[in-house]
Amino acid sequence: MNTLRIFALEAKYEFLKSWRLPIYSLSTLAFPLMFYAIFGLSFGNQNAGPVNTATYMLATYGAFGTIGAALFGFGVGVAVERGQGWMRLKRASPMPPLAYFFAKIALALLFGALIVLGMTLLGTLAGKVSLEPLTWLRLFGVLLLGVFPFCALGLFFGYVLGPNSAPGVLNLVYLPMAFASGLWVPLEALPKALQSVAPFLPPYHYAQLALRTLGAGRGENPWLHALALVGFTLAFLALALWAYRRDEGKTYG
Amino acid sequence: MVHSLTDVVHKPPGPAVLERVSKHYGSVKALEDVSLEVRAGEVLALLGPNGAGKTTAVSLMLGLMRPGSGRVTLFGQDPGSPRARQRAGAMLQLSGVPQTLRVRELIDLFRSYYPAPLPLERVVEAAQLEGILHRLYGQLSGGQKQRVHFALAVCGDPDVLFLDEPTVGMDVESRRSFWSQVRSLARAGKTVLLTTHYLEEADALADRVVVLNQGRVTAEGTPAEIKARTAGRQIRAVTRLSPDLVRRLPGVTSVQAKGTALQVLAVRAEPVVAELLRLDPGLSDLEVTGAGLEEAFLALTTPAEKEAVR
Ligand SMILES: Nc1ncnc2c1ncn2[C@@H]1O[C@H](COP(=O)(O)OP(=O)(O)OP(=O)(O)O)[C@@H](O)[C@H]1O
Ligand SMILES: [Mg+2]
Repeated sequence: MNTLRIFALEAKYEFLKSWRLPIYSLSTLAFPLMFYAIFGLSFGNQNAGPVNTATYMLATYGAFGTIGAALFGFGVGVAVERGQGWMRLKRASPMPPLAYFFAKIALALLFGALIVLGMTLLGTLAGKVSLEPLTWLRLFGVLLLGVFPFCALGLFFGYVLGPNSAPGVLNLVYLPMAFASGLWVPLEALPKALQSVAPFLPPYHYAQLALRTLGAGRGENPWLHALALVGFTLAFLALALWAYRRDEGKTYG
Repeated sequence: MVHSLTDVVHKPPGPAVLERVSKHYGSVKALEDVSLEVRAGEVLALLGPNGAGKTTAVSLMLGLMRPGSGRVTLFGQDPGSPRARQRAGAMLQLSGVPQTLRVRELIDLFRSYYPAPLPLERVVEAAQLEGILHRLYGQLSGGQKQRVHFALAVCGDPDVLFLDEPTVGMDVESRRSFWSQVRSLARAGKTVLLTTHYLEEADALADRVVVLNQGRVTAEGTPAEIKARTAGRQIRAVTRLSPDLVRRLPGVTSVQAKGTALQVLAVRAEPVVAELLRLDPGLSDLEVTGAGLEEAFLALTTPAEKEAVR
């Protein structure tokens, strides 16, 4: 037995398991790409601050896609595995519990990376995106590093939702939250009332950090955004822990 | 026989032990002051009807939940401890497996959790997975899925196996061959705890049977002893005698009202029939048959209060 090997296998099979569910991989990967193609590229010539719209939206739609991969990977994944009893069998096994979460994080990062790469390719070939390699790497890094609050939020929902209701409820959280955080249309184009809500939503801070790597966004202090994301992560983890205990009590007494 | 003090002190506890354990779900008393030891090397059958508390007992031993009161140990440790779990394998009643993983992959994953797992060929042989290793779990029949669950339980070569209703959904032939797999595990020195509704299954496999009903241990012994307690005759008759009265007759083990008739289980039929006829000369439709194992078993586990309800 080798702990590293367990982690690696756990991640490998987490990937295969999801990849073989076309509904899941398609909706996670294809929807953000499609949205980017429709909204990001069709307004590509306009300017959004210092960069063109296609570039600006590479950051915001990139954030939209990676959030989806994290939220659904954890939320639907945990809800389904609880429902089918796979979670129970694994909890009874000697698997190190961290391996389970590691695998889900690895999958969210992999899907997130594929989404950002796909959008970059689209934007570069079909739109007006042309980024310095170093700038792009910084954007890519921020987008990947910033998914943790959404993993934690997904985990919480995974423990409170049933396998059938999970996708629907998650969409009800995901889509409005993304919209109100300025991921679909820049914040400046949203009604004032919505603009004032944005700082209370985690995707806002995430997207601002991503935009910053392009020299765009609102130019607020990045440390405040980072701090907000850490705070959200901790709060969601606490909620997830509460939900886990509650679920354990319900299912197992 | 009286054990000497040293015997008592030095006898190591069995692989899995419940000590005066209670577990309630809200107002449901799933287990009530149950003490139960799974001894090293034995096949122990936990026998009981639906809702008896079998799954609850297994879940406690696997550390899936904590007891309300009492103590649970697995190899002398907390059942949640990784070291204890590396020596246990389980087939759970309510477990499912991701539909989109192949049988080979599932076994590969579970083998990785254990320090000295069985080689894949041995797992295939033990769980009879020839020809389905490459299939996706979601494409298997119910019985094949059961075999995969068994494979996941044994693939780590654990010292103790927990099998919660392992033969549910198996046809007669699969059940027989499953039994022979369990027997060969026992011969190899494994400890096995299995739960079942069937006295027949307990009889076929177990060294020892613990009967659980409504959260309490109601009988314990070798399969032969349990069978002896439940062996007897079934008497059926339409009578005006009340079940309560009949229940007090000597030799009667249980009484159930079935419409206008009474169904009586007794160790021997003749004295009971004689007594019934004496008390109720108008008794009719008398029928005496050998009690099937299942009726006898139900008599053993059906609580008296329930029988009294007409
Ligand atoms: N999560 C739960 N919440 C509430 N009650 C429960 C829960 N799990 C079990 N129970 C109740 O506890 C009692 C014992 O259940 P348990 O599952 O241990 O029985 P069992 O002997 O395994 O039954 P079966 O043969 O049907 O599998 C039953 O009355 C059941 O309804
Ligand atoms: Mg059960």
